[in-house]
Amino acid sequence: MSLVKIFSKGIWKENAVFKLLLGMCPLLAVTTSAENGLGMGLASTFVLVCSNTVVAILRKLIPPKVRIPAFIIIIATFVTVVQLCMEAWIYGLYQALGIFIPLIVVNCLILGRAEAFASKRPVLDSAVDGLGMGLGFTLALFILGSVREIFGAGELLGFSLFGAAYQPVLLMILPPGAFISLGLLLAIMNRFEAAKS
Amino acid sequence: MKEMSRLLITLTLIAACAGLLLSLVESATREPIKEQRRLQMLKALSAVLPEFDNSPDTDIVTLQKGVDKKGAPVEVVFYRARKADQLVGTAFKVIAPDGYTGNIEIMVGVDPEQQVNAIEILAHAETPGLGSKIEERWFKDLFKGKNLDNVDWRVKKDGGEFEQITGATISPRAIVGAVKKGLEFYRDNKAKILAEGGQQ
Repeated sequence: MSLVKIFSKGIWKENAVFKLLLGMCPLLAVTTSAENGLGMGLASTFVLVCSNTVVAILRKLIPPKVRIPAFIIIIATFVTVVQLCMEAWIYGLYQALGIFIPLIVVNCLILGRAEAFASKRPVLDSAVDGLGMGLGFTLALFILGSVREIFGAGELLGFSLFGAAYQPVLLMILPPGAFISLGLLLAIMNRFEAAKS
Repeated sequence: MKEMSRLLITLTLIAACAGLLLSLVESATREPIKEQRRLQMLKALSAVLPEFDNSPDTDIVTLQKGVDKKGAPVEVVFYRARKADQLVGTAFKVIAPDGYTGNIEIMVGVDPEQQVNAIEILAHAETPGLGSKIEERWFKDLFKGKNLDNVDWRVKKDGGEFEQITGATISPRAIVGAVKKGLEFYRDNKAKILAEGGQQ
């Protein structure tokens, strides 16, 4: 498989959210605005690229019996690095994402890629896979965050879209709005896929 | 046995490397994080205090308010703002434990006459769009110029004078109650708050 293909499958064909339905917890929880979605997505991408790379480097050294704890230590390390850096340099986003930054550790997308891809493939392939999968995840979070922010607050990335007269649909910002918009998005995508084939 | 030791050694090595990396990152971010927290604190203080020229985050008095359920002391920190060595205001944090979803943290600034200069919501988890309106300017401004004697410290629904928020009475009620309690504590301990530590 060429590097381009490895990269692009994460964005669309095997998109973590729209196709594999992985990482639902952070997806549903933090997408109250496009900015939060984007921040969470990029933080996860960083962790995914780093953990995939390190797992691929160590793949021949880690005995299969302890591979899961080894992967978790690696992932948790990078998550902590991200958390400290965000608190030091992007404090606003750090406060907005709150508890969901440390919870990147248990995002099954990251452990899933370490197990299914990085532990079997060369380093470069794994890094590219992590980047593709991460950006696919970011894209999904950004789209969902945008949809919810547009309808739930009448804004996009903090800019007012419809003027003061717009009555926001509060439900979209609240937890049910996450499920409703994700369901509708998935339905629309499946409709397109069905029409194509 | 041989396999066992290999498992042990590998995991130990990985954990040791992780620890090393983390200690490096921690030492690199320690100062910026401290600075961020300080800026955050100063921002909240400037929002509730009149103009000052000292650094109120270091000109502080800590008083014990009581004990919590486990017997640990609950402390309140008073931040004193001065201009040309004259005390112009005092700020303190109050926590409303009875918000709709969890605690609401509020910074209250009072002038030397014990009138509220301004309040600022530091942290809350109220429902977006309803309870979260406590963050809006008009609501926070309701407290301006109020003291313990010139207003009835209840929301209108309970017979007081504070406008509540449509669809969310609980959050304003919690805040009004907490600010009132804070002011009472301030009044009862005024001498200590203003005297202790003296001029900087």
